[in-house]
Order: sequence, then C-alpha cells, then structure tokens
Amino acid sequence: MRALPSRPAGPTYRVEFDRALKDAAIAGLIALGLFLPLIGLRTTQDIRNELTLETRWPLLFTMVGLVIAGSLINSFVITPWRAYRQEKPRTPSTAAAQFRHEFLRYFIPLAIGFVAVYPMLSLWLAGMQGSVKWVDNFGIQILIYVMLGLGLNIVVGLAGLLDLGYVAFYAVGAYSFALLAEHFGLSFFTLLPLAGILATFWGVLLGFPVLRLRGDYLAIVTLAFGEIIRLVLINWVPVTNGYAGISGIPRPTFFGIPFNASDEGFAATFGIPFHPVHRAIFLYYIILALVLLTALVTVRLRRLPIGRAWEALREDEIACRSLGINTTNTKLTAFAIGAMFGGFAGSFFAARQGFISPESFTFHESATIVAIVVLGGMGSQIGVAIAAVAMIGGTEILRELDFLKALFGNEFDPTQYRMLLFGLGMVMIMVWKPRGLIGTRQPSVVLAERKAISGTLVKEGRG
Amino acid sequence: MTEPLLAVRGVETYYGSICALKGVDLEVHEGEIVTLIGANGAGKSTLMMTIFANPRARKGRIVFAGQDITQLPTHEIARIRIAQSPEGRRIFARMTVLENLQMGAIAAGMDENDAQLTRVLDLFPRLAERLSQRGGTLSGGEQQMLAIARALMSQPRLLLLDEPSLGLAPLVAQQIFAIVRELNQHHHLTVFLVEQNAFHALKLAHRGYVMVNGVITMSGSGRDLLERPEVRSAYLEGGRQH
Repeated sequence: MRALPSRPAGPTYRVEFDRALKDAAIAGLIALGLFLPLIGLRTTQDIRNELTLETRWPLLFTMVGLVIAGSLINSFVITPWRAYRQEKPRTPSTAAAQFRHEFLRYFIPLAIGFVAVYPMLSLWLAGMQGSVKWVDNFGIQILIYVMLGLGLNIVVGLAGLLDLGYVAFYAVGAYSFALLAEHFGLSFFTLLPLAGILATFWGVLLGFPVLRLRGDYLAIVTLAFGEIIRLVLINWVPVTNGYAGISGIPRPTFFGIPFNASDEGFAATFGIPFHPVHRAIFLYYIILALVLLTALVTVRLRRLPIGRAWEALREDEIACRSLGINTTNTKLTAFAIGAMFGGFAGSFFAARQGFISPESFTFHESATIVAIVVLGGMGSQIGVAIAAVAMIGGTEILRELDFLKALFGNEFDPTQYRMLLFGLGMVMIMVWKPRGLIGTRQPSVVLAERKAISGTLVKEGRG
Repeated sequence: MTEPLLAVRGVETYYGSICALKGVDLEVHEGEIVTLIGANGAGKSTLMMTIFANPRARKGRIVFAGQDITQLPTHEIARIRIAQSPEGRRIFARMTVLENLQMGAIAAGMDENDAQLTRVLDLFPRLAERLSQRGGTLSGGEQQMLAIARALMSQPRLLLLDEPSLGLAPLVAQQIFAIVRELNQHHHLTVFLVEQNAFHALKLAHRGYVMVNGVITMSGSGRDLLERPEVRSAYLEGGRQH
C-alpha cells in the first residue's frame, strides 16, 4: 500500500486549461446544433400567405456565445470557488450568528418604519405624477398580497392545512363588498367588517366537510372549492353579472370626503390642487393598517392556547387529541380566521379597483398566495412579507426594465419572462433554502436567553 | 372491594369490519401500576386508543372514576384527568421543550401551570436543562421523558403509557421504568402501562394482563405472571418451547 499523498499547503484545486476549453467547445457545438433550428431559422408568413424562411444569425451567435461564456465561467470561476469552499473547514461563525440575531431584532421596526414613510419617499423622489405608479402598482399591490399571505399563513403555515382555494375567500370579500355597496349604498368602512364576517362564514362552511381530510386530499377539495366559487360568480348572472363583473364600486372616503375633483372632494376641502395620488396614498395607508392588524392579531394568537394548538396540529394531530385539544374547533377557527383576513383583503381590493369580475379570482391567484407562504417559510410572518415583496414587486419591476429593449431589440418584453423567472427563483430557493426564506420557527414563549436552531436540523413532522 | 379507577368491560373495537378487540375486561385500581403485555398486533395499543375513544368502542363500557366515558369525545376524556403518552412519543418536534410541556397543560388551562411545571421539571431535571431546545433535537430517551412529562402537566389521576421503551437502549429504558416507579410510589400516580418489554413491565407492575389476538388470556400479579411457564415461553424466552 502506498502512503496517501500529503496535502499541499495551498489550494489543491487547479484549473485545467485544455479541459475547460474542450468543455466550452463541446457546449458551444451542442448549443449550435440545438439553436440552429430553434433560433437560427424562423418561418414567417408573408402577405401572400406563403411561408418564407428567415434567418437570424446574429441572435443565434449571441446565444451560442452566451453558452460558451457560461461554460468558461463555470470552469474558471464557479468550480474552483466550490472546491475552495469545500476545502475550507466550516466553522460555525458566532460573529455571523450574532450579526443575524441583531439584524433580525432591528429588521422589523426598520421595515415597518420604511413602509410607513414609503409614499412620502416616493413623492419626494418621483414627484406627484410618478409616484402614483410607485404607490399604487407597487405599494398597494404588494401589501394586498402581504395581507393575503398573512391570512393564508394562519391556515397553511400555522395550522398546516394546505388550502389551495384561498382565493375563494378573497372573492367572497370582494363580491360581498361590491354587492352590498351597490344595493344598500353602505360605505367601505361599514362593509369591511361585514365582508370579513361573510368570508368567515364561508370559511367555516368549507371547514366542516374537510375536517377529516389532510394533506393531498385536503388540497384537492379546497382547490375544488375555489373553482366552485369562481364558477358560481361566472354563472349566477342575475346577482353577480357574470363575466361582465360589477363596476362603479364606491371608493373609500376620507371621513365622508370623497377623493375626486368636485367641490366637496378631498383636494377642494383642504385647499390643495387635485391629484390622483391623494387617493392612492390614502388607500395605501388603509391596506397598511389592515396588514399591520393582521400581523398583530397573528402574533397575539400565537401566544394564546388556540395559536399553540394550531401549531401543534401542524406537527401531530394524534398527539393533539390525546392532550385534550378539540381538533375540530381548532381547524375550524384556523379556516375561519384565515378566511376573515382573506375577506378583508378582498373588500379592499374591490374598493381599490372600483371594478371586479371573476377574472381576478382564478386559481393563479391561489397558487401565487400559496407560493408566497411556502417561499417565505411556513409560519414565518416576516418571511411571508419578504416573499410577497419579492414575488409581486419582482413581477412589477419587470415592467420597468425598458433598458433591456436596447439590448435585445424593440420586441423584447421582459414581462413575458415573468413565469420563467418565477420558476427559476422557486427552484433556487428549493435548493438553497428548502424550508423557505425564514425556515426557523420562533418559539412563542422564551426563557431568559433565546436560542434559535435552524429548522433543517429538526425532522419534519412526526417526532 | 373498592370501585376501580378505570374499568373496561366487554369492550369490542373494530377497524372497519375487522374486529381488533373481542370483548376485553380489565381493571385498574387507584395507586396501582397495571401492565398489559402481548405480541405485536395483539391489540394493546388499540385498547389504549379505545380508552381515549379513538377509535370508539362499538360494544361494552369504559368507566373512569364512576363516570361512563365510552361516548365522550377524545378531547373531553383528556380533560377528566386521564393523560396519555402515546406510542412513538409524538412530541412536537419543532416546538421547544417548554412549549411542548405547556401543550400538555392546555386541557387544564394554560395559565395555572407554573406550579405543575416546577413539579414536573423536578422529576425530569434533564428536561429543565433543555427548556429552550427544540423537541426534535432531543435524544430518544429525552423525547420519551418529554412525552411523559407533557402528559403529567395536566395533573392526571391515571397515566396511560404506550410502549415507553420503544426504540430506546436497555439502559435508557430502565431509567424510564425507574421514573414510572417513582411517580407511582412517591406521587401516587396510577399507571396503565402497555409494553413489549414483558420482563421489565411485569417486574415493575403490581398486576398484569396478557393479551392475545384481541382477547385477555391471562391476568395476575406481576410476579405471578413472571413465573408462569406460558408467559415465560411466549414473551420472555423468545418462544423457545413452542
């Protein structure tokens, strides 16, 4: 037996030039072969309906060039870096942990402070006209999804009941508000709790038949429930007006003062020039208040027996029952409270849009909300908020990337790559953070010192 | 003779159409440790779960402290001071030890549990050291201790223990049995113990029952059962004489 070679002092990994070049060449050839028919050639119909073959050599060579560059980067940068990482002894750095701890402590107040001044910030940076977009498309849109995420987080994240039909409660809230406002002329702030109560009622109604289901079966039934609600909205034309939807939904008013250009309007009353941004900012603060309310209620609930029972239910239903927890009530309250917040969000959505139709309540919405909860880390409220910002803000920001047109030509529309980027982001999070962005469960009671253990160390589910 | 604390009378339990318990009679008196031994699939755990109405007995009666509990829902049974440490421990892996223990007190009301928490932690000093650690990061023996401690948080009169030695090293299992004995002797807790480990269970128990295929075939004092050749051959000597 020959002795093992002793380890050299320096980095042991060496880049082999020949091999790297060969790899790059092979990758380039494969890419060329694949892209030649896919990208290089294109059939188009001309005016006389004749098919003509169009060639796109520059695009083809750009793509092949990208592949070769990628291969070279892999050989010269990524692989050596990974080898270096593996060699380096992994010491759990206490300094880094300390930093994370401190960061998390200040993160929440900082984040809340930021969202509180966000409209002012955008006014200052983008001006009156520019900030309508930043407050409405970004701020309000993201906050609606944060709210939905936080609501679903109670059902999926805390109680562990996978609900794929959450959009149903969003729809119930929206239509309750729209119909009651249309027929009874009640205002937004009167109807908000009412819409919440109606959504709660539907939550309980869904809860009853699915009490005995878990996991995949529950997911399928809730998915069906979401679709049923949508189909009812489409087909019950006398009440819901079907596909055409309901328009002219009254907007929220500032203590009875509407946000319009009339003499009784907000701008005229306060003696400032009328601008649509006033309403956007007002709506922004309403949804922000709703989000904070949801978060606060959830934090409080987690410390109560009912919240603890939800989390216990997620971990082990049999153990829960043998400890004297009424699992029926526990599940129903989770559904009901989750649905209530969905209903709040729905009625806000209706009030903001002024128009709703079944189109807004498709399965796509449910899937987005579930994705937000899962990406954020089941049960983590900060995680849900961050995930909502990333997913909704991310897709909105794609609309802003006009400069890419200079790079890829005028027909290039970054929003078309939304789903692709979505998927890519999901896969990356699954690889690096399989338990979501914040996978560590914060204990709801703590002793003097707080000690967080990464969720990955703890086995999933049963003990 | 005084009324037993727990009386199981002619209980039949079915899984669908399959009869798992075929008329079981059994008594546990106040202050006793009673053990139920038997092979895999004999119906021991089914009896344990039937006492907790999950599944519910189709025939027969279960009486606890003079109250017929056969028709009560599971969570209400847990509230009349019967506690269960279920098979396979079933602690809440992502919750801390402290949170697990508080879950045990949820039936009795989570507010009034501080005194009981101190008492339980005195019994299990190991858990006191690990209060803020997650349940899933404990060792098997510690998890079993946690499961028992959690059950004790509701200040039970009767503790149902389902296979506390499951998957534990013999030495650790002995520690668990020693704790059970201490609970019984110094804290006057009545214990109903289901075990595979017949030797230790019978040594520990005042009385024992042997279950075969859903029927109680033998009963007697622990020592008495240990001496019986049928028990020895079937459960203690690896079935050598069959």
